[in-house]
Amino acid sequence: MKMKRMFGLLLVLSLVVASFAACGTKEGGSGGNDKFYIGGMGPLTGDAASYGLHVKWSAEIAVEEINAAGGINGKQIEFRFEDDEHDPEKAVNAYNNLKDWGLQVVMGAVTSGPSVAVAEETKNDNMFMITPSGSAPAVVKYDNAFQVCFSDPNQGSASAKYISDKGLATKVAVIYDSSEVYSSGIYEKFASEAKNSNFEIVAAEAFTADSKSDFAVQLQKAKDSGAELVFLPIYYQQAVLILTQANDMGYKPIFFGCDGLDGILGVENFDTALAEDVMLLTPFAADAQDEKTQNFVAKFKEAHNEVPNQFGADAYDAIYILKEALEAGNVTPDMSTSDITEALKKEITQLNFDGLTGAGMTWKATGEVNKEPKAVIIKDGAYTLFD
Amino acid sequence: MAIKKTTKSNLITIAILIIIYIVCQILIATGSMSNLMKGLLVPLCYYSIMAVSLNLTVGILGELSLGHAGFMCIGAFASSFFSKTMVDVIGNTFIRFTLAIIIGALSAALFGMIIGVAVLRLRGDYLAIVTLAFGEIIKNVINVLYIGIDRNGLHFSMQDSMSLNLLEDGEAILNGPRGITGTPKNATFTIAIILLILTYVIITNLVNSRSGRAIMAIRDNRIAAETMGIPITRFKILAFSISAGLAGVAGVLYSHNISTLTATPKNFGYNMSIMILVFVVLGGIGNLRGSIIAAVILTLLPEYLRFMQDYRMLIYAVVLIALMIFNWNPTCIQWRENHSLKNYLPMFFKKEKEGL
Amino acid sequence: MSFLSYLIRGISLGSVYSIIALGYTMVYGIAKMLNFAHGDIIMIGGYVIFTIMSTIGLPPFVAVLVGIVLCTLLGVTIERIAYKPLRSASSLAVLITAIGVSYFLQNFALLIFGADAKSFTSVIKLSPLELAGGKLTISGETLVTIPLCIIIMVFLSVFVKKTKVGRGMIAVSENKEAAILMGVNVNRTIAITFAIGSALAAVASALMFSAYPALSTTSGAMPGIKAFVAAVFGGIGSIPGAMIGGILLGIIEILSRAYISSQLADAIVFLVLILVLLVKPTGILGKKIQEKV
Repeated sequence: MKMKRMFGLLLVLSLVVASFAACGTKEGGSGGNDKFYIGGMGPLTGDAASYGLHVKWSAEIAVEEINAAGGINGKQIEFRFEDDEHDPEKAVNAYNNLKDWGLQVVMGAVTSGPSVAVAEETKNDNMFMITPSGSAPAVVKYDNAFQVCFSDPNQGSASAKYISDKGLATKVAVIYDSSEVYSSGIYEKFASEAKNSNFEIVAAEAFTADSKSDFAVQLQKAKDSGAELVFLPIYYQQAVLILTQANDMGYKPIFFGCDGLDGILGVENFDTALAEDVMLLTPFAADAQDEKTQNFVAKFKEAHNEVPNQFGADAYDAIYILKEALEAGNVTPDMSTSDITEALKKEITQLNFDGLTGAGMTWKATGEVNKEPKAVIIKDGAYTLFD
Repeated sequence: MAIKKTTKSNLITIAILIIIYIVCQILIATGSMSNLMKGLLVPLCYYSIMAVSLNLTVGILGELSLGHAGFMCIGAFASSFFSKTMVDVIGNTFIRFTLAIIIGALSAALFGMIIGVAVLRLRGDYLAIVTLAFGEIIKNVINVLYIGIDRNGLHFSMQDSMSLNLLEDGEAILNGPRGITGTPKNATFTIAIILLILTYVIITNLVNSRSGRAIMAIRDNRIAAETMGIPITRFKILAFSISAGLAGVAGVLYSHNISTLTATPKNFGYNMSIMILVFVVLGGIGNLRGSIIAAVILTLLPEYLRFMQDYRMLIYAVVLIALMIFNWNPTCIQWRENHSLKNYLPMFFKKEKEGL
Repeated sequence: MSFLSYLIRGISLGSVYSIIALGYTMVYGIAKMLNFAHGDIIMIGGYVIFTIMSTIGLPPFVAVLVGIVLCTLLGVTIERIAYKPLRSASSLAVLITAIGVSYFLQNFALLIFGADAKSFTSVIKLSPLELAGGKLTISGETLVTIPLCIIIMVFLSVFVKKTKVGRGMIAVSENKEAAILMGVNVNRTIAITFAIGSALAAVASALMFSAYPALSTTSGAMPGIKAFVAAVFGGIGSIPGAMIGGILLGIIEILSRAYISSQLADAIVFLVLILVLLVKPTGILGKKIQEKV
């Protein structure tokens, strides 16, 4: 009895301290700022940590560049990125915490579920939100949210159209993650588009977050159905395993993926010969020869000793998109959050943005981006443009 | 007439909750509460409900359950589905949300009963692993379940949303891994705290009732209880399904507090079940007030560690281990007794009777 | 023919579960605790072997050996710091501490090794066995894992039954108080158990990541849970049970994915587990619990 009381007392004490700490923080969005407060949230721990970290690091590079070049309309950017553990609930907590810090514009969230949850909150606060990689259509349901990446259905239909137009195969198998919003979103659109195309889906096999290491069954079924092309609307971590296991089985179809496959060549110690001839529709390729990409990749490598993937490139673009829109609207940090949002909403639809993930990117008021997907094929361990 | 000691203790807990509620409302009204804290008020309530309801299974019934999040999941999805379909039919938010709470609680309790009938004859770690299995099954099935609605009624599918064959005006409500989006955000702090107090009252009443004493008799000595003529299975299932139903209520609050509801390993997987178990064990097995305190502390802790940046979850893990050792290690218990406030400030403490 | 190839694949997946489950069941049988951090020790083992083999460039044999030594040290240290102080506390308290250790190891690895997935080079250089004119192949990893699993199983069974330390383990697991009276050093016995369990985890990580070469900070968690299920399946605490449970789990998982539904395979695995436990409440080879009146 004594120890319980003692323990209870301790807990209550710490609770009191915690709530005092809560009172001490700054109220956000009140205006009168001398800097732009841009914040984001994404997974920095857990399963999806690599996506969040790439977004954080790339955005930091962009912010640093902009600040060094004199900022936006002469004002510097304060950037802060919080962990959401790939969980909608934690993402909302991260958002609230950023509001206490003084958040004016959201550059997040990284994954779809958290992005949808944050969009609901930003809508209520009328805060502008641009997500680098939250690709589900529900993310841009409201008029204050915009995407840098392609939406899932767009990727699905673009892939189907590409395979059909180029006549890559007549029999296609799909291996997708049925527990993942991104993967099943692309798959469904792909499957419905396939009905109007000149190929046929002969096998559609799923895996889940809880069993994503053994793909023998899925590959065997694809092989038995005689598929010449296997469509992989998944992330590269699983693709590494699929390519390895397909190779062990002696199964060599065309593997075709979306932007989630980008990053596969950066997996440490991965035998890139296994990825030879893999095709993917991606807006970004880390070894593209243009100056912008090379500059970004070099800085990223120097700071973190890793090759950035498309999550990072989208985030880098997102910061520059914000810069251009803020400049076009002559926005200053001392304006109210709501005014900043209205200005950004207006300006972004008139932008014509050239970034790492595409040239001439434009936005409709619905929030979806309009840019050209690039089809690349992996040759000798490097991306090559394919057309 | 003297109030019984347990009743007094329970009234104190409820009074504390009401005081905290009033303090919070004052802080909100004066604008001195941070956005983070404001956003956490409802989650704190539903995690407390989860902890208190799991304590009924673990502390009072004495069975280890690792699938509590599964019941939360059922409550969340059932109520969210109801609210989403009825949002235009029942205009009154209060009535709709009350019905949603009842539906969430009943559906979770029903599953609790079904699972209870099936597995409560297993014991100890075997029961634990079976409840874990059920939690994972629920999560997995919800992830492949598609339910849509159009003017012809409901359509079900276990494949994908196209095979629902919805008409033009139809809408897929439950969309596999994409779950349910756009549940009306009806959960407020007031409702949440009322539900927490209600949960607390239900469980304390159960514990102090005839049934409660029977349940605890089963926990302490099953064979003796059986010999006394207590229908073991019936009481076990009773306790288990009440516990599940209350977890369902927490699920309703969860789903009506966040606009996107998906069943991921993070929110409804075994990780969450174990997290709730951590609240119960840290707060003291069988100690309902302790469960609430532990739930509050451990939910706030990672949020207030955000300033630690990359080291946040590492520190959280260390604190968790340290708390467990501090709370349960014999040497630490001895140390705490020697350095108890009672030794320094005896005037603030009533003398306790020996042999408690 | 495809049935046979699925079966072989199931056995090879199952053999990985078996070898993890052996470590689980050892610790559970003697220390009576669910060591949820076991999967994360496997993950750490994977990173250690990866670093030595791919980053430093030493031969696989050395890498695995260092992995075993480091994992053993890690296991014993964890036991000493986090579990031993709670020896007299309820088993639930230790379970929670194990969760804490699991979080700690995952986030520690994240800070040290980074979040990006790494591709593990197989430590086994055996070419696959081809049967029926190349229609059935058994991978080199499977060819090594299954015999190794049997050897470890036999070795552990003999060790526990014949040696003094092993018999001490049985004594501790049967009745801790009586064991103390009989002169068994309980703390030392449990420490040795953790050392063996963690060494097995290192072996398991070498085999598991050779078969499934994607290495990330969370890649130990799910196999850990599955192996735990396998150990319960076979009767937790029983050494041959862990092996049988693991193999069966792998076969059920692959066959249900192949013939029932690839989306529902997880649910089916768990459903079969529940059904087995309802028929045999202590698993396939589990001891019947004697109830004292």
